[in-house]
Amino acid sequence: MHISNGIINGPVAGVFAALALAALSFCVLRGRRDLDDRLAPMAGLVAAFIFAVQMLNFPIFTAGVSGHLLGGALAALLVGPWVGALCVAVVLVVQALVFGDGGVAMLGLNITNMALIGTAAAYLLIAGLLRVLPRTPFGLSVTAFVSALVSVVVASQGFVLQYWLGGTTDLGGNLAGLAGTMAGFHLLIGIGEGLITATTVATVAKVRPDLVYALRALKPATPATVPAVGGAR
Amino acid sequence: MRNRTWGFVAVGLLVALLLAGVVSSYASSHPDGLDSALLKGCTVDAEGEITGGSCPAQQEKEHEVGGPLADYGIAGIDNDFLSTALSGVLGVLLTFVVGGGVFWLLRRRGPAGSGDAGEAARDDRQPAGTTG
Repeated sequence: MHISNGIINGPVAGVFAALALAALSFCVLRGRRDLDDRLAPMAGLVAAFIFAVQMLNFPIFTAGVSGHLLGGALAALLVGPWVGALCVAVVLVVQALVFGDGGVAMLGLNITNMALIGTAAAYLLIAGLLRVLPRTPFGLSVTAFVSALVSVVVASQGFVLQYWLGGTTDLGGNLAGLAGTMAGFHLLIGIGEGLITATTVATVAKVRPDLVYALRALKPATPATVPAVGGAR
Repeated sequence: MRNRTWGFVAVGLLVALLLAGVVSSYASSHPDGLDSALLKGCTVDAEGEITGGSCPAQQEKEHEVGGPLADYGIAGIDNDFLSTALSGVLGVLLTFVVGGGVFWLLRRRGPAGSGDAGEAARDDRQPAGTTG
């Protein structure tokens, strides 16, 4: 979902670049509270893993359209929302500067959609779902699937907002058409995102539950008599 | 404890390298959801070039940097599999070094409540920025 140069005009791209820079600075401030000797290498791994999986475009059963992981939900689950947004941002910067994927002038827009909106939407859902769903592998998988799916659709609407503000082609007032197309495609892509996120997080939770940030940080709504999985810190 | 985390990271990195270095060659080459949405209204040929109609993607401009690794290949390597695989491996390592390095520098130091302060001091001799 990387925006190429020329799709959104310069002034709007500039405003979003400033917005993204401010938000990422805040993520650094808040994320430092989470970043200890265990989380730092894990965050590097999460960034590298997201880069790898973003290369794996999958078909979405609509002729000629593919999708790939955005990674916001995965990062939020494994390293938390603040460091997670930074992980996705690192991937987007590397992709724009080295791999020609997403214009450098569009970086603020892309970081806003995929790193900030995607991760924030995912973590809000994760925080809600993990408190009400049972602390079982199934509960964690459902949380991962739903939060990943919804975060992709919400992120796609971030682009629609940006296009409304500064799109370079006049859609003839048919912004709703673009919004609908984006939502439809990304609902299907979101299913793929949900499956990848749930599989990955369930695997990490099985091997090393203490490395899943969401299980450490979010306590169940009703105080359980048994300590939460990986709750010791 | 600390060594176990680094062990997990090493295994995870290996998985990422396999995905980017091997599986990536089997990825779909169709335009993604955003690019497809922006092509609505235009007709495209087999190479994905716009042949007619009117759509937002027509306004697309060249990337500012490009570079030898642009579009997840390596300039000068004709073998598609090798080109994609090597660019993927380089990308994973680069992302890990940049990301890991930044996060390692940003991390909280000193006693963090639990008894891993001594281990933190010991770990200072291996900054992530020098790996890879």
